Amino acid sequence: MGRFLLKRFLSLVITLLVATVIIFIMIEIVPGDPAAYMMGLSGSTEATEALRAELGLNMEPWQRYFSWVSGMITGDFGISYTYRIPVSELIIERTLVSVPLTVYALILSTLIAVPVGVISASLRGRFADTALMGIAQVGVAVPNFWFAILLVLLFSTSLGLFSAGGFPGWDAEFFECLKALTLPAISLALPQAAILSRVMRSSVLEVMNEDYIRTARAKGLSKRQALLRHGLRNAMIPVLTILGLQFSFLLAGGIIIESIFSLPGLGRLVFQSIAQRDLIVVQSIVTLLVFAVVMITFIVDLLYAWVDPRLREGG
Amino acid sequence: MKRWPLSFLIGGVLTDIFIAAAIISLFWTPYDVTALDIPGKFQAPNMSHWFGTDHFGRDLLSMVMIGTRNAVMVSLVAVGVGMVFGVPLGLWAAAAKSGGGKLIDEMLMRGNDLIFAFPSLLMAILITAVFGPGAINAIIAIGIFNIPVFARVARGAALPLWKREYILSACVCGKSAARISMEHIMPNIANLLIVQATIQFSVAIIAEASLSYVGLGTQPPDPSLGRMLSEAQTMIFFAPWLAYIPGGVIVTMVLGLNLMGDGLRDVLDPKLNRKRTSEVEDGAA
Repeated sequence: MGRFLLKRFLSLVITLLVATVIIFIMIEIVPGDPAAYMMGLSGSTEATEALRAELGLNMEPWQRYFSWVSGMITGDFGISYTYRIPVSELIIERTLVSVPLTVYALILSTLIAVPVGVISASLRGRFADTALMGIAQVGVAVPNFWFAILLVLLFSTSLGLFSAGGFPGWDAEFFECLKALTLPAISLALPQAAILSRVMRSSVLEVMNEDYIRTARAKGLSKRQALLRHGLRNAMIPVLTILGLQFSFLLAGGIIIESIFSLPGLGRLVFQSIAQRDLIVVQSIVTLLVFAVVMITFIVDLLYAWVDPRLREGG
Repeated sequence: MKRWPLSFLIGGVLTDIFIAAAIISLFWTPYDVTALDIPGKFQAPNMSHWFGTDHFGRDLLSMVMIGTRNAVMVSLVAVGVGMVFGVPLGLWAAAAKSGGGKLIDEMLMRGNDLIFAFPSLLMAILITAVFGPGAINAIIAIGIFNIPVFARVARGAALPLWKREYILSACVCGKSAARISMEHIMPNIANLLIVQATIQFSVAIIAEASLSYVGLGTQPPDPSLGRMLSEAQTMIFFAPWLAYIPGGVIVTMVLGLNLMGDGLRDVLDPKLNRKRTSEVEDGAA
C-alpha cells in the first residue's frame, strides 16, 4: 500500500507541475497587455511602464512562472488586475457560491439517479424500465443551458415561483440562498442524473448476476432483500467514480449556468476575467480547477484501492 | 445478418434527417437568412414560416438548417481531429506496452490523464478567447479533448489483441509494430472506434452549441444553434418558440446520434461490457 500511495502521489505532483506550465504558456500567448488595458486609452507610456513594474510584468517569463507557482504554494495568488484585491480573496468569495451549487446539484442528481437506476434494473424489460431509460436517453441529450432557459420560462415567468437569477449572498436567510440556487442546481443536475441513472442501472444488473447474490438468494432472501443488503453497496462503486468525475465537471461546467442565472460564482468570474484580460485570475482559477480534478481522481483511486485490495498489487 | 435494434433504426433516421437538412442547406434554404424582414418579425410558427421568424423577421427554419450544418461540420472535423491524433497514439501505447516499452506507454497515458484533468469547457472557452472566436478555433478546442478519448479507447481495445496468435505470427513474419497496428489491429478495433466516434460526435455537438452560446463559436452573420438560443433568451417571454426550436433541434440531433451509437454497439460488439470492466480495472491499477 505504501508503494502504491507513493507512486500515485508522485504522478499527482508531476501532473500538477506540467499543468501549471501549460496554463502559464497559454496565458502568456494571450494577446493584449494587461497594464495597458488597466490604464485605458488615456494612460501615458511612463505610467503604463510603472504599472507593469508594479504587477511584475516586466520580469522574464520564467521568473514570473516561479514567483507565481511559489506564491500559490504559500497561498498567495497575486493581485487581481481589475479588482485590485488579492486573487485568493476573490476566489474564496466565489467558491462559496460555486461549491455549494455543485454539491447541491450532485445531491439532486444522486437522489434522482440511484432510485431510477435501481427501479429500472429490477423491472428490466418491463414498460417502466423502457420508459425511464427512454427519458434518461433524452436527458443525456439536453444541453444544460437550454434546460436552464426552459426552467426560467416555466418557474419564473409562468409560475413566478423562483426568481430568474441573482444571489442574495450568504448573509441573507439560508432558505433564500437555497432558493436562489435551486433552479441552477436542477439545470446542472438533470442531464447528469440521466447519465448516472444509466450507469446505476447497468451496475445493478451486473451485480445481480454475481455469485454472492445467488448465495444470498439461496439463503432465502428475496430478490429485493438481496439487492438492498448485498447488491447495492457493490453497485454503487462505479457510480461513485462517475460522481467524483462529475464534481469537477460541474464545478467548471457551471460557467454557463452561472452566467444565465447571474450567480457570482467561479465560472462567471473566470469568464469575466477572460473578457477583461485579468489573466492572473484566469490562471489561478484554471489551476485550482485542475488541482480539484486531479485531487478527486487521486481520492477516488485511493478509495478504490481501499475497497478492492486486488488493485493495489497491480499498481 | 443480425437484426438491427430499434434504437439504431430510430437514431439512424433522426441523424439522416439532420444530415440531409445540413446538405440541402448548402444549396437551398426556404428563405435567405441574411435578408431582414422587419415587418414580418416575431411570427409564431405558421404555414409560410414553419418554425416562425425571429426579431429581424428571419425565417427560423432556414436559420436552423444552416445552424445544423455548422454544428455538424464543426463536430465532424473536431471528432476527426481527435481520431487522427488519438488513435495512432493509443495504438502506439499498446504496441509499446506489449513490446516491453512500458515507459512509453506510461508516458503517453499520463499525458492523456493530463488532458483529462483540464476542465474541457473552460479550456475550450480559454482557447477560443486566446486565439479569437470562430468555427476553426472551436474545432481545435473541441478536437483537443477528443484526442485522449480515442487514444484510450484504441489502447484499451488493442492491448488484448497483442496477445492473440495471429498477431504473434505477424510478429514472427518480421512485420514492424507500426505495420501490425495498421494491418491487423486497426481492422479489429474499427468497430469500437466507430461507436466511440458516434458518441463523441454527439458530445461535440453540445460543446459547439455551448461555445456559440457564449459567443465564441460560429460567428455572425452565420447562424448557429447556440447563439440562436442566447439571443432568444431576452425574448422568450413573448416569443418562446425562438428558444424551443433551436434547443429541440440540438436535443433531437444528439438523441439520434446517441441512439445510433447504442444500437451500433449492440450489433457490432456484444462483448463490449466485459471489455469495459477489465479496462476500468486496468485504468485504476
